[in-house]
Amino acid sequence: MTGLDVAFLVVALITAAAAIRTVTSTNLVHAALFLAVTLAGIAGVFLVLSADFLALVQLVVYVGAVAVLFLFGLMLTRAPIGREALDSEHRGLALGVSATLFVLLSGLIIAAFGDVRVDVVDGPRTADLGLALFRDWVLPFEVLSMLLLAALVGAIVLSRREDGESGQVEDVTPILLADDPDDPDAGDVALPAGEGAEEVDA
Amino acid sequence: MSLVGPLLLATLLFSVGVYGIIARRNAVLVLISVELMLNAVNINLVAFQNLLFPAEAAASGQLFALFIIGVAAAEVGVGLAIVFNLFRNRASVDVDRVDAMRW
Repeated sequence: MTGLDVAFLVVALITAAAAIRTVTSTNLVHAALFLAVTLAGIAGVFLVLSADFLALVQLVVYVGAVAVLFLFGLMLTRAPIGREALDSEHRGLALGVSATLFVLLSGLIIAAFGDVRVDVVDGPRTADLGLALFRDWVLPFEVLSMLLLAALVGAIVLSRREDGESGQVEDVTPILLADDPDDPDAGDVALPAGEGAEEVDA
Repeated sequence: MSLVGPLLLATLLFSVGVYGIIARRNAVLVLISVELMLNAVNINLVAFQNLLFPAEAAASGQLFALFIIGVAAAEVGVGLAIVFNLFRNRASVDVDRVDAMRW
């Protein structure tokens, strides 16, 4: 057991514990924060595996952007807190499926790679990554940039309000629940500020 | 170091993600579980690249992990936009109750 093994064990234990708390926590914000800890732990795993560039990308993109995005998502959707509200009645089924999957896969992995021990050499340097990316993988790279552009435009289009409502945040907020199908009376409250809507549209 | 460690950690993260997707009700928490599964795949890719084939395949393992990170970022953006739309229409993000294809 080398020092690298010990370092990996520490990071892996932190990551695994945070991941389990992510899916079992009854507090939404705590779940998102545990996700951030998990992602930072995975960055640590990348460091132990001597993939330093990937570790930094993981920190910047996941911990910096995605985790914050999830926090915003949780706060904007004002979801209820508590186990009954967060977990569905399929919890037993979920536990069975995931435990079976874990036992099967880990048995397979131990049978296949159980005695493989390797010396960690320095992996590809960042310069090698850049060269490979822009020499061998240019087309996927460009396709990925188009995908990100499409996702950007798609997210804006999806979360945009309907025509003419964009400038009317204060007036629109009370009628957000207006088309809730469970509440037949809610539709009558709609659009008290009709005069403002057309101006924004025009 | 042992190759089994990273692979087992990835397996655990993937299983935890599967559990979260089935057991959680909140759509944002389901998206969080999807992120866990994507990251498990990344650990596998980097472990195989750096431990088994460090000088081969033109660093494809790490580059695939980079591509997955990019695709996951796009997925989170669009997914959260859909969740916000759902919340605006139904005042709830409970995925167990969103079973109508039209109404």
